[in-house]
This record gives sequence, structure tokens and C-alpha cells, in this order.
Amino acid sequence: MSRIGETFAALKARNKKALIPFITAGDPGKGMTVPLMHVLVEAGADIIELGVPFSDPMADGPVIQRASERALANKVGLRDVLAMTAEFRKTNTTTPVVLMGYANPVEHMGYEAFAQAAKAAGVDGVLTVDIPPEESAGVSDVFKAHGLDPIFLLSPTTPESRVEQVAAAAGGFIYYVSLKGVTGSANLDTEEVAAKLAMVRRHCSLPVGVGFGIRDAATAEAVARIADAVVVGSRIISEIETAPEGECVNRVKHLVAELRRGVDAASK
Amino acid sequence: MKLTDLPDSRGHFGPYGGIFVAETLMAALEELRVEYDKARNDPAFMAEFEYELKHYVGRPSPVYHAKRLSEQYGGAQIYLKREDLNHTGAHKINNTIGQALLARRRGKKRVIAETGAGQHGVASATVAARYGMECVVYMGAEDVARQSPNVFRMKLLGATVVPVSSGSKTLKDALNEAMRDWVTNVESTFYILGTAAGPHPYPMLVRDFQCVIGRECIMQMPELTGRQPDAVIACVGGGSNAIGIFHPYIPYEDVRLIGVEAGGSGIASGKHAAPLSAGTPGVLHGFRSYLMQDENGQIIETHSISAGLDYPGVGPEHSYLKDAGRAEYVAINDDEAMAAFHDLCRFEGIIPALESSHAVAQAKKLAPTLKKDQIILVNLSGRGDKDINTVAKVSGITL
Ligand SMILES: Cc1ncc(COP(=O)(O)O)c(C=O)c1O
Repeated sequence: MSRIGETFAALKARNKKALIPFITAGDPGKGMTVPLMHVLVEAGADIIELGVPFSDPMADGPVIQRASERALANKVGLRDVLAMTAEFRKTNTTTPVVLMGYANPVEHMGYEAFAQAAKAAGVDGVLTVDIPPEESAGVSDVFKAHGLDPIFLLSPTTPESRVEQVAAAAGGFIYYVSLKGVTGSANLDTEEVAAKLAMVRRHCSLPVGVGFGIRDAATAEAVARIADAVVVGSRIISEIETAPEGECVNRVKHLVAELRRGVDAASK
Repeated sequence: MKLTDLPDSRGHFGPYGGIFVAETLMAALEELRVEYDKARNDPAFMAEFEYELKHYVGRPSPVYHAKRLSEQYGGAQIYLKREDLNHTGAHKINNTIGQALLARRRGKKRVIAETGAGQHGVASATVAARYGMECVVYMGAEDVARQSPNVFRMKLLGATVVPVSSGSKTLKDALNEAMRDWVTNVESTFYILGTAAGPHPYPMLVRDFQCVIGRECIMQMPELTGRQPDAVIACVGGGSNAIGIFHPYIPYEDVRLIGVEAGGSGIASGKHAAPLSAGTPGVLHGFRSYLMQDENGQIIETHSISAGLDYPGVGPEHSYLKDAGRAEYVAINDDEAMAAFHDLCRFEGIIPALESSHAVAQAKKLAPTLKKDQIILVNLSGRGDKDINTVAKVSGITL
């Protein structure tokens, strides 16, 4: 079983849900990412989603776009992200790391070369936002052959007929994007999401994470009641963006601890 | 398989094209594919499209023998396909009419578009007014500044113009923003994509709507000259005017097809917008094609005097035609395009778009290498009224 599979199994045994925070590698500074990753774990993260900066983050809202721009200004590319993961792995061998990004940096490195390097660095899963299952035939196989879980998205616009196809290509967990729109969009309707998740579960045995629009303990709790994992991105990036000089790590720690309390409240 | 049979059912032109988008858009693209498939087999739809092209756009556009320019350039005879004479002043309207009719079939009341030079934005605002739809146009902040006449035209037509300040503030960023809008409003909104690029089925349907250009030429050239041309030249931004004139000519194997990219300050300078001449394959904006990218796979900023060519990617069919050897792609620098711009003004009384001036500049290079009875057909994709501020600035003149 992969590290992601083991993590979900262990949580299930303890009747707990997973918290998956997202940060963009290289934001706010190149040297900040590994310390931030450790702090995320300390504050209660079960899996870390690490954003790979890209010049044209088409599916992201302004908050994550700006994080990507800051990271690129800090000259952080895919190779640096792999190096950061390897650095993190020196002292943490249990928390899964999922890279999330766009196809082109991976395509440019070459899928095979990337998969090898990612596995060696200690990466567990890869979500390439703009590679749907239809285009992923070669890609997912390469990832799987190297023991990387290919993570895929489902959205409110995904018809039931497609869910099975997406699930078949996926590994690790399925990421249900709870809103139409880009990352960082507003409100989320948990009842609507719950209905959709019931449908998803009919076709998919993987754990289901829900993301987009989770910003505090209350929304984290509401989502944890219906999903296997709670994914939080823009809210954490905003905290990084607005924290005064030197306060960033502390602020993120507090926020993630609060989200953790929300997630745990759901299983009480 | 014939070159003209592409793309395959999933939008692939060999290794290029495809559908590389986030899950949220997959259903909308599938819906568009199905709807377009029905529409193009629906005689009523095609009849309305042709009616609009004739009575609203003013087609067919003429082919014109540029005699004085040919004499000046000293060699082959140069003919111009006058897309500049279309309503709104460029080829872009052929495509926006087709897509607006599709939007209406789908019952969508809101359309969005990205624009570089503003020609596609104007053409989208025009059809939105014509069919009574709300229109939002995304435009890079830098392009808003250098194409101000077109910004005003869009506003006159009732469209909302949203300046985009992310990234390089040009066409690629406008496209990112339009995609984000579409992801958010996918149920109410039709995205009128402005060039033969993007995820399937856009490259195919934009091509099909623009092929009217080449089909008319195939009728017009024999009437004027007794035969088909020796070479067809078109500028390539995303590639819609070029594929529109090239595609019908693909089976005519004796006709050379030459696409002209923006060489900016020169390929060697790195400041250009010529992915086919100097890029490598990659994935951007929903499709695989030649791209301008750095060693980390990040998209690099492009440079061109012409906003409509200032794009780091190119429609997938051009990548395919390049690899297959059926079309050739060259780059023309800013200064060469400017010189050709002035040539056409002075020798023919036609003010061309700076985009189209790149194609004219290539004719200037090619003509002297050919005989006097050989024929070059240049797609004059648009008129240059929108560019007079840029040209004045380059010439050191304040208007
Ligand atoms: C007059 C004109 N020609 C050419 C282009 C380039 O686009 P494409 O390559 O899609 O024809 C533009 C784009 O704005 C344009 O306005």
C-alpha cells in the first residue's frame, strides 16, 4: 500500500478524517517551504499538498496565482520542488506529499524522468490539474509504475457517466472540487456536496477529499462530516501573504491547528 | 490517413492538440463538441452562417492584384486576399459569427472572449450586439494601452472590457482569465475563443469557420489568373487566418504554404513570438503544441510590435503541418513588418494591420526569388486603422 493509502487506513481505524493543507513551493521564500511543511505536520496535517509554481495557472484564482508569481520570482522550478521534498523527507518519512501543478513543467522534464526523480525525492502522489483521464493514459501508467499515486479531480459538472472513468485512472484519493470556479472562490453548499459525494462513492472506492471554499474550523468541520479528507489552499496562502515579516510560520501554525480542531470536531 | 482528415475524435493532430483542461471544463467542452457536430450537419445552421457571412460581413472578400507592389518587389505577382475589407476589419468576424450562432443554439445569453490586438474582441462585441447577448472581453493591460481605438470600439458596441494585469499582461494572460471566467460561469456562458487554438473542439471549429477564406481563393484565383498560386503566405498568431487559407489548399500539393511568425527584435535576441521557428512542444491553454518556454517548462514572455501575434503558443494543426512538412514557417522581425506596412500604404493605398504586414514582408523576401509569371497569394488578414498609434510612436510622431 502507498503512503497515502496507509495514511487513510490509519485515520479510518481511529475514526478520523484527513486534513490536507496546500502551500505553493517557494512562497514566500525559497528557504521557507521545508520549515512550513514541518509546521503543517506539527499543527495537524495528515497529507501535504505542495504546489509546483507555473507561469500560467489557468485553474487558479488570484490568491494562488500570486503565490505562484512570488515563487517564480524566487526562481523556484520543478527541480527545486523535488529537492525541497527530499529535504523534508530527511526528518519526516511518514507524511505523504502530493505535488499539485500543471502539465507543462512535468512534460518538459519528461514523464518518465520526472516520475523517477519524484519517487526518489519521496513524493507520493501527483495531481496535474490540466491532464484529465482522457489525456492521461501514458502518464498515469508511468506514475503508477513508479509507485506514485495519480490524483484526479471531480467537479460539480462531472456527469455520473464519467465518474467511473476518472476513478479507474486514479490512485490514492479522489479530489472533489466542491465549487464551480477557480481556487479561492466563495461559499460552499455542503448539502449539495453531500448528495454529489454519495453518487461518487457508488462508482469509486478510493477515499474522497473535498476542497475549494474551506476557510475556517466551521467549514472544515462541515466538510469533514461528509468527506474523507478536507483540502485547504487559498485560505492558508492568504495567511502567508498577509503575515507580517517573521510571523508567517506562526500564523500558518495557528490557522492549521484551528482547521484541525474543526476536522476533529466532526468525528466526535 | 489524409492530412485533411484531422483532428481525430478526441482532437488530436498527431501528437498535438487534445483536451488539457481542469475537470470543471470537461463537460462544457463535450457539450460544445456534440453541439458543433449537430450544427455542421444541420443545413439550416450552415445556411444561416453563409447568409450572415454574405449580408453582414460582406463576403466574399475580393482577391486583388497588387501590381505596383509586385513591380516594386521585383519578381512574382502578388495578390492580396482582402480580409481587411470584412465588416469590423479583419478575418476574426468569420469565426465569431459561427460561434455566436452556436451560443444561440445552446441558449447562452452571455459570451466572453479574450483578445490581443482587439480585433477578436471587437468582432465578439459586434456579434453579441447583433444577436442580443451580454459580452465581456478580457484583454491584457499592455494591449489595452497599445490598442486603445479598439477598446473604445468594444465599449461603443456595448461590451465590458476587463484589463488583465497578471503575468505578461498580454494575450496569453487574457486567455487565462477568460478560461477562469468560463470555469466559474460555465452554465450561463459561451466562450468565443478567438483563434484556432485551445482545447478540442476549438481548433477544429475555428478552422472550419475560417476555411471560407481559402475556399473562396480556390474559386477566385483561377478566375483572375487562370490557375492556383505558387505560394500562399499568412501571418501566424494563434493561427486562425493562416489555417483558414491553408487548409483548403492542403490537397493542392504544388502550392507552397508559408506561415509567418513574429520575429520581434530577431530570433537570436530571444525577444520574439515565434514558437514554430524557435520553440519546443509543450502543453498550454488546453492543448499540446510548439511553445516558447524556458528550461523549467515555464512559459516565457513574448515580444512583437503586433499585439495579435504576441502569443507564446500556436494552434496545434500548424505544429502538425510543420512536422509533416506540408507548411513552412518563418519569422519576420518588427522592422521588416514596419517597412512592409509602409510599402502597402504608399504603393497600393491600403493600410494593413501590423499582423498582416508580417505576411507582406515575407512576400517581399520571396517575390524576387521567383519569376515574373509566378504568383504569391498573401492573406491580408486585417486593416491597420487600429495600429496607427503604434506606427506613429515607432516613427517618433505624436498624434
Ligand atoms: C488582423 C489580424 N491578423 C492576424 C491576427 C492573428 O491571429 P490568427 O493567427 O489567429 O489569425 C490577428 C489577431 O488579433 C489580427 O487582428
